[in-house]
Parts: sequence; structure tokens; C-alpha cells
Amino acid sequence: MSIAAVISALTVRAQRLAARARPLRAALVLPLAGLLAGCNLVVMNPSGDVAVQQRNLVIASTGLMLLIIVPVIILTLIFAWHYRDSNKSATYDPGWHHSTQLEVVIWSVPLVIIIALGALTWISTHTLDPYRPLSRIAPGQPVAAETKPLEVQAVALDWKWLFFYPEYGVATVNELAAPVDRPISFKITASSVMNTFYVPALAGMVYAMPGMEMKLHAVINKPGVYEGLSAQYSGSGFSRMTFKFHGLDEAAFDAWIAKVKSEGKDLSRDAYLELEKPSEREPVRYYASAADGLFSRIVNMCALPGKMCMSEMMKIDAAGGAGVHSHENRERLRYDNRHIQQGDEAPGATVPASGRPPRSEPQPGGAPPAGGHGGHDHGGHSAPGSDGSVAPAQRNNN
Amino acid sequence: MFSNLDFTNLDLQKLVFGRLSLADIPYHEPILLVTFAVVAMGGVVVLGAITYFRFWGPLWRDWVTSVDHKKIGIMYIILALVMLLRGFADAIMMITQKAIAFGPSEGYLPPHHYDQIFTAHGVIMIFFVAMPFVTGLMNYVVPLQIGARDVSFPFLNNFSFWMTVAGAVITMISLFVGEFSRATWLGYPPLSGADMSPGVGVDYWIWGLQIAGIGTLLSGINLVATIVKMRAPGMTMMKLPVFVWTSLCTNVLIVAAFPILTAVLVLLSLDRYVGTHFFTNDLGGNPMMYFNLIWIWGHPEVYILILPAFGIFSEVTSTYCGKRLFGYASMVYATVVITILSYLVWLHHFFTMGSGANVNSFFGITTMIISIPTGAKIFNWLFTMYRGRIRFELPMLWTVGFMVTFVIGGMTGVLLAVPPADFVLHNSLFLVAHFHNVIIGGVLFGMFAGVNYWFPKAFGFKLDPFWGKMSFWCWLVGFYLVFMPLYVLGLMGVTRRTQHFDDPTLQPWFIAAACGAVLILCGILSLLVQIVVSIRNREALRDTTGDPWGGRTLEWSTSSPPPDYNFAFTPVVHDLDAWYDMKSRGYARPLNGFRPIHMPKNTGTGAIIGGLSVVFGFAMIWYIWWLAALSFAAIFIVSIVHTFNYNRDFYIPADTVVRAENERTAVLAGRV
Amino acid sequence: MMHTDTAPPGTEPIFHLEEEHHPETSTLLGFWIYLMSDCLIFAVLFATYGVLGRNYAAGPSPKDLFDLPLVALNTAMLLFSSITYGFAMIAMDKGRQAATQVWLAITGLFGAAFLGIELYEFSHLIHEGAGPQRSAFLSSFFTLVGTHGLHVTLGLVWLIVLMVQVTQRGLIPENQRRLMCLSMFWHFLDVVWIGVFTFVYLMGVLQ
Repeated sequence: MSIAAVISALTVRAQRLAARARPLRAALVLPLAGLLAGCNLVVMNPSGDVAVQQRNLVIASTGLMLLIIVPVIILTLIFAWHYRDSNKSATYDPGWHHSTQLEVVIWSVPLVIIIALGALTWISTHTLDPYRPLSRIAPGQPVAAETKPLEVQAVALDWKWLFFYPEYGVATVNELAAPVDRPISFKITASSVMNTFYVPALAGMVYAMPGMEMKLHAVINKPGVYEGLSAQYSGSGFSRMTFKFHGLDEAAFDAWIAKVKSEGKDLSRDAYLELEKPSEREPVRYYASAADGLFSRIVNMCALPGKMCMSEMMKIDAAGGAGVHSHENRERLRYDNRHIQQGDEAPGATVPASGRPPRSEPQPGGAPPAGGHGGHDHGGHSAPGSDGSVAPAQRNNN
Repeated sequence: MFSNLDFTNLDLQKLVFGRLSLADIPYHEPILLVTFAVVAMGGVVVLGAITYFRFWGPLWRDWVTSVDHKKIGIMYIILALVMLLRGFADAIMMITQKAIAFGPSEGYLPPHHYDQIFTAHGVIMIFFVAMPFVTGLMNYVVPLQIGARDVSFPFLNNFSFWMTVAGAVITMISLFVGEFSRATWLGYPPLSGADMSPGVGVDYWIWGLQIAGIGTLLSGINLVATIVKMRAPGMTMMKLPVFVWTSLCTNVLIVAAFPILTAVLVLLSLDRYVGTHFFTNDLGGNPMMYFNLIWIWGHPEVYILILPAFGIFSEVTSTYCGKRLFGYASMVYATVVITILSYLVWLHHFFTMGSGANVNSFFGITTMIISIPTGAKIFNWLFTMYRGRIRFELPMLWTVGFMVTFVIGGMTGVLLAVPPADFVLHNSLFLVAHFHNVIIGGVLFGMFAGVNYWFPKAFGFKLDPFWGKMSFWCWLVGFYLVFMPLYVLGLMGVTRRTQHFDDPTLQPWFIAAACGAVLILCGILSLLVQIVVSIRNREALRDTTGDPWGGRTLEWSTSSPPPDYNFAFTPVVHDLDAWYDMKSRGYARPLNGFRPIHMPKNTGTGAIIGGLSVVFGFAMIWYIWWLAALSFAAIFIVSIVHTFNYNRDFYIPADTVVRAENERTAVLAGRV
Repeated sequence: MMHTDTAPPGTEPIFHLEEEHHPETSTLLGFWIYLMSDCLIFAVLFATYGVLGRNYAAGPSPKDLFDLPLVALNTAMLLFSSITYGFAMIAMDKGRQAATQVWLAITGLFGAAFLGIELYEFSHLIHEGAGPQRSAFLSSFFTLVGTHGLHVTLGLVWLIVLMVQVTQRGLIPENQRRLMCLSMFWHFLDVVWIGVFTFVYLMGVLQ
């Protein structure tokens, strides 16, 4: 408890110091200040409570470390100047190379700071754990017991963001909105490669990973339009994989939902499979409705009809596998939805020019694989015949 | 199998050239075309000069096949400097793209090209600039500092070097044949997997690193054995020069970390070549395991680079302050503690992957703990300066520049080790600024200090101080001008590896950074001018004593450049600052009693296997299976044939030693 | 750290050796360090197997695939080869070249038998459709066991080369040193195999 108290006191002091230093710094380095004034240091000036706490942590830790960094820099410069060769009046003591007291000090001062910082880290990492539901929406404003967080399911696609609102049954592409002061509970996944979901004004980032469901809890406290992005390089469309996050008051949010409902189309599985294909600079899109359990199918990598869901696979694996005679499961578990550079060529042709067979099974000879082989297996979303024939089996898998 | 082969479908071109075709030569890209023209012209000039001056024979006999640790060290550093030019060209292209690609402007690098450039920049700077620099300096200096005549395994040393060169060559070939990886310098799957990156880029990356990594691993083994076994009599572990200590720890780290890189690259190759499922999304693969494995190598790698730099700063500070290093014992303990802790922090590279609060805070706190021994080191240098008499020669300038710059990088590093702070700064330009802050401000400054410090030892004349100072100030100011804006941009929520921006308020910061990059370019040019000017003025800069700086360790006891055998007689060590001790107690250099000296023989095997490795790597990248099999068999056979050579050493006759030592006596007498 | 003389006070300290200095050979140390680094490669493969070993991808599990008696036989082959290598080293120490060669040849035969059985097992698995592409479990299994097998293959080639060299030059110190290195390598592979046998096969079937 006492450590926590000390730390919170330190935090407050550091913030106050930082606040006091700001005008001073501005006076000292005018051009820099001019530049800084013209830009938006969103990480240092966020609008959501989680990001604010993270900002405070940045300031507090920096302050703690400056306690030792500033003296070191000043001492370095003073010593370098004072003991320069040409200054013959400075003491020269070539034999002096050991002092137990001094060594105790130079090991223990950093140690003390790291103990403080370590405690701060332990506490803050637990309170700001993205998995942990919010306990407050702002300093001194605990979350009311009856408040139900807004659930948003986010999918990082190549290269755009898809958001589901299960509470309202709607979905959007490249636009996210949430009511002010209501906790948001994100579930985050990706369709092909890793990305991170990041709205700097709202909260820190977490990875969006295929086949995995990540969680993030956050709240936005001020209405406004904020930048959202992927902060993990994911391929050629990455730079434009951005979206706008709208913090709206209650009424505006309801109006936004209504607008999505009225303007939107239906996000069927087919529509999703079309959307999932790599594309860049996607415009904002609205969907008034989405296929049942689509998000769960995306997480489980079985949005494509005929595929086995990860959850099903894990169930089988936990029970000891499916035995030797289970070859058909392999194709039902193959997952590749980025036909990058290959046009419509089958993903099985990942070793296309090698003249080697596709990876599905041992196959003799050097026949080019691009033809018949991969086609019917992986033919993907456009193969009309496969949908009907395999879909019924799917039901058993859920 | 072959009975089923359909001969009508047999594609002869694929059989002979694999997936390589004329379309893979990027002759339609003007940037690459110009680059190729420049490289080709430079190559023709160099080859022509070698032919004109009839240098081929000496080049092969005295350098390529040399097992002399000094020559190998110098060749490593030349490799590092050449690759620095390539890596920096990538850097300046990236920053200019970022400075102009705003709003409607697309800049001049489309994502396809830009993504290769940032990948190449990271790979080249770490593996083919920083690593050869570090390995080169260790190779040159360690045997001299411990009073040895060579390393434990001189042939292996030559072989390691040529494997490193082979890796660099493979990486460079990608510039003109095909493309380089676009999957970032650490090649995270699933992006680097066969499904998402089907081209040759990732394969270039894999084979470049894999082949160079073998060289690094072997050179690590070599130097550990050298330091453990080859020390001069009397040099106990607590009398090792600090640079040797840091080299020992670095090489222990290499031996303990590079196998992990080798293994993880093998697993990724299997995913790509055979179709296994280690890091794929489907069929039970787990990409997160790659993150863990690669960083279990990757984090120690950071310390592999910085520890020798710490050693250099220690040597430099104590020499130019004219003072014994403050707190030698705590310096050694700090180094060892850093070595051990560097294995317990890897997860801080991906706090945002959702490992949970307990795991995250454990790794955050272990990361912070590393700053304690690092801080102790900074204080030790500080108190070495205290009551010293500091001569601001070039190495000392770099050291002071380092001390001021590095603590800033250390601070931002600890900040990033706080998981919730990392959540807002991860993958941002703040992070980019941080690691450049420690790698430029730490490693590179250290290497420049080391080069300026030991150059007179290697060549017998000092480097020109004027151009050295130019280089220093351009680098220092340029560094701050590039990376302070990047810190700010990180706080503006700007992420790394972005090729285009919409927000015009960011642009001034990028333009400032681009100006800084131009200053750094001036720094690099000054460095090159410094070398040229120094060679031209070498008579004025000549050092005849072998001890131009008033050195304290054994390398300064022999002539500059040292004879092939380093020391006519093996020195006996009584004190940490062995040479200072010898000088202060009136040591007289022996003038007679020389004996024949046992030395290893040169061999071309290393260079041949290195060349064959390039062929093998190239064949694997392009799926030219017959060539891969052929070159692999050739590597195997050459290695076996090499083991049948038992005639690996010879004696330098006593009269050769007498002649060399008498010359030195005359030179030393001429000075008096 | 302090100024300490090894020479007693009053006499001139010795600052260099008059005789030529022969540092003891580093080969065995160097080779041992190499083995430790190789050990780390196996550590990574074991860890990979540990993480992925139960990801059967709705396919076969160790219980469905592994034939313990066959693997036990295989293990015996490798253990025997280690013992016979030990005999070769004893013969070498006594300077008996012919006996050394015979024991080395027996070691090689056991090693070859081990490899043969392993290859049979692999081909059987692949034939059943349980190749390395089937699941992450099988990928990591084939890689771990296959890497060990590659090491044994390399050891065999090395063994043959050394036998030729011993024939050519006898048990000279260089050859003795090389035989020592191969000995370390061979026993090291044995230790790794015991890990594979326990961790992969026994625990896989008995879980």
C-alpha cells in the first residue's frame, strides 16, 4: 500500500513538474515550440481514460528517470570540460581508480530508481491490462454496475478494418463509432497476417492475429473524430489501412447506428469472402446486417464453406486426434485467403515455378501445378460448385 | 517417381533456371538501373586497378587466403564500411520518401519498392555493418591484447569471414536479380510465409542470414576459445583488458544465441520449401512461437553489438584520461550481469501480443534491471574522467558524444519497457528513434572510436584529425536532427514502415529529419575523405613508436603495424594495464635471443567454400535444384579434402625475426 | 587489480618468456563449445515440439503412429554404437590401430542400422499420409528426429573419413584429437536421442 501511495504521489509530482516545465521549455526553444504547437501530440494529449492513464505513466516514468539522466549528462559535460588536458589547474590523480563508497552509490542509486519504476510497472501493468474490464470511465467515476459495455468485434483484413456491432446487428468497414463515456469491449482478430489495432486517442494497441481473439477495453471521454490505424506492417496496403474513430454523444451515436442501418447492405458470408480479398484504400462501407456468427467463423478461420473450424479442430486434437484415416481433414483445414500476386491462381501454388507438386500430398512428377490440381481444392470463394456440396457437412462442425 | 515423368510437359527452362527468368532482372526500374551502372562502373575501376597494378597475386596470397587475425579483422571492417554505404543509401531513400509522400503526392517509391528498402536497411545495418564492424575489431584487437600470436583456430577465422561475405553478396545480388524481402528485417510470419510472400525476396533474406550466421557462430566459438586458452602467462581473468572481457561476453552470447537464429530460420525455410506447418495460420502452426524464438536470439543480438562498444569506450576513456579505469571489477561484473540478463527480456519486444499482466510485468522489470549495470558502467566512465587529464583526440570525442547520447536512448528504452507505456509507443517512430539512438549513439559511435583508436596500430599512421572532427560533428548533429523529430512523431501516434501520410502537419518533422540525414551523409563522406587524406599524408601522421596514444594494454607494446607474429617473445603480465606497468617499471625491449616462430599457414579453402555457398544460396533461392545439389556436394567435398591436409603450419625462421626486430630497433633509435 | 608482482621484491620482474610459448591446444574446448551451440539448436526443436506436439490438425496422434518396439530397437542400435565407440577410444589409448579401426567399423555399422530403421519409419509414416505437411505435430516431429538423423549421417561420413585418415597416417596426435572430437559428437547424439526417445516417443505413446 505505502509503495503505491509513494508512487501515486510521485506521479502527481512528475505531472506537476512537467506542467511547470512546459512554459519554460517553450521560452527556451521557440522554433521547436512553434512546431509543436502546430501539431497534435495525440499520445501526450489523448481523449480516452485508458490512454490518459498510459500518458500519465509515460510522464511519471520519464520524470523518475530524468532524476538520474540529467545529472549524468551535466556531470559528463562538466568533467569533460574541467579535466581537459589544457586545464593544468585541475587535479590530476592517475592512481585513483577505486572507491568502495562511490561504487556502492553508483550501483544503489539506479537500483532505487528501478525499484520505484518496477513497482510502478507491476501495478500499472495489472491495472491497464487490456484484458481487464474497465473499473472506471474517468478519474473518480467508477463504472456503474448496470452498465453494459458496447461490444465491438474488429477484424483486420487486407488492408482495411471490419467492425461488427453485435448489439445492433450492424457492421462497418473503415469507420468506427462509440458513445462517449460508455465502456467499449473490443474483440480483435485478423484474417491473414498480423496487424495491430490502434486508436492513439483511445487506448494503447494490441495485436490482431489470425485464428486468435484478442481483447481490449477502453472508453472515449470526449466527442470528436480520431485517427485509427494498424501499427504492425502487414504488406503493401499497410500505409493506408487507416480508419476514423468517431466519439459521439448518446443521441449522435443512435443516429449513426440508424444511418448504418438505413444505408447499409447485408454482409452475407459471400459478401464477406469478397470483402476479405486484398484491396487498398477501401472507402467506408456500411452493413445493416451480418450473417449469423460470422465473426466467430472468421476467428475460427472457417468463413469459407466446407472448411473445418479451429474450435472443432482443437476439440478433436484435445481428444487425441482423428487417427490415421483423416486425410480429408487436411484440406478442410487448409487456410489461405490472400491470393497475393497470384491473381486467381490457387494458393496451393505457393511454390509455383518450382515445378514441384503443391503441398497437399505427395505426387509424382514435374507437372506444373497451376492447372487442375490446386483448382478444385482451393479454388476459393469463386468456385460455385463447392459451396453447395460441402456446406451441409459444415453444420456438424459447429 | 521418374517413370511417371511426363516428358511432353517437361519444361526445360524450369529445369535449368528454376524460377529465374529474364523478367526478374529489374531493367525497367530506373533507380536500380542507375545503381547498377554506378556499381558496375565502380567494379570495373577496382578490377582494372587491381589488374593494372598487378595486385591479383598479392591479393590472393596475402589477403584472401590469409589466416592472420589482423588481416581478417581489417577485411571485416572494409566489408562493414562498404555495406554501410549501401545501408545508408537505403536510409536516405526512405527518409526522402517519407518527407515528400504527403496527401496527393505518392513520393517516388511505391510500396513494393519501399518495403524492400526498409527491410534491406535493417538487415544490412545489423548483419552486414554492425556485426562485421564488431567482429573485425574483436578479431584485430583481442589476440594483441592478450599477448597471443593468432586466434585458436586461424583457418576457421578465415572461413567465418568468407561466410559473412557470402551472406552479404547474396543480399546484394537481390538488388539486381529478383527482389529482396518485403517482410521486415525479422521476417515475421505469417507475412513471411509461403502463402503471403511467395516470391524470392524472403528466400534471399533467409539464405543471406543463414550463411552469414554460420560465419558469425564459428567466429564466436573461435574467439571464446582464444580468450580462454591463449592468454599470455600471468593474465588472469581479473587482469583481462576490459575490451577482452566484453568481447568474451559478446562471443559467449553469439555462441548461445546464433544457433537459435539458425534453427528458427530452418523452420521458416521448411515452411516455405517443404510445406510444413510451424508458423502457418492453419493446421496447428503457431506464428507467435516465431516471435518468441526470433527475439530469444534478437535481444541478445543487441548486446552482442553493444558490449564490445562498451569495451572500446572503457579502453579509450582510460587511455585519454591518462588514468586507470575506475572500478574495473564492477565493470566486469556489470558486463557479466548484462550478458545473463539479456536472455530474460526478449518478450518486451511484443508486450502487445497479449501475454497477460504477470508475464508482461516480469519481462518489463527484468528489462529495467539491465539498466542498473549499464548505469554503473556510465558512472565508471564518468569517474575515470574525474581527476583525469583528458586529451580530446578523436576516439575521446566519440566517447563523450556517446555518453551524452546513449543515456537518452537508455532512458527511452526503459520507458518502452513499461508495458502500458509500450502499448502507446510500440511500433511507433518513437521506437525507431529509440533503437537508432542506442545503435548509432552506442554501437556506431563505439566502432568509430575504435577505428580511430586502433587505426595507427594497424597501419602505422594516425587518421587525420580535421576530417575526423568533421565526421564526428556531422554525425552527432545529424543524428539529433534525424531522430529527435522521430521521437516527436512517435508521440503524435505515427507508426513505422509507413510509405505515405495523409496528415500534412507531420511533414515539417520529416523534412527536418531528411536534413539530418543529409548531415549524416556529410559525416560518412568526411569519414571517407579522412581515410583518403590520411593515406596521402601518412608520412606526416606516421607513428614510429607503436604507442602513439600512451596506451596501457599489450597491443601498444609491439610495432605498428605489428609483425605477422605479433610479439617476438610472449609477454608476461603482472598487472591489469600490462603495457603501462611495463613502461613504468622500465621494461627494456629484448634485442637478441630471437627464435623461429611457429605460425599457421594460409589456405584458400575458406574463400572457396564461401564462393560455393553463394552459388548454393542462389540456387536454393531460385529453385535451381541441380545447381544446389552440385554446389552442396562441392562444399562437402572441399571440406573433406581440406581435412586431408595435415601440413597446416610452418616456422618463421629466426633470421627473418631478427631482421624485422632490428628494423624496429633502428626505427625506435631514429626517433630518439 | 592492484600492482602485484609475481616476482619477489628486489629482483627484476620478468616481462617476456625467452622460450617459445605453447598455449595448450584449444581444439577440444572449441569443439565442446560447438556442441553446446548445437545443443541449443536441438533445444529449439524440442521446445517447438513441446509447443506444437499436440496440434494434430484433426489428424493422427503419436498413439496412432509410433511403433515403440521398432523405436526401442533403434535406440538400442545407437546405444550399442556409443559403447563400441568407447571401445575404439580405449584401443586408441593403448595405441592399437587395428583394434581401433575394427571398433570404428562396428560403430559405423550400428549407426547405419540406426539410420536405416529411421528411414524405414519415415517412409512408412509418409506412406500412411502422415508426412511433415500433415500437421504441426508431424512437422515438428519430422524436423526434430530428422535433424538428429542428419547429424548421425554427418557423423557416419566423418567416421569413414577418419578411418581413411587413420589408415593413411596411423594414430598420430592429430588423428587422436579428431577421434576425440568425433567421440564427443557421437556421445552427444546419443544423449540427444535419449531425449527424443523419452520426450517424443515414450511420452507420446504413454500419455
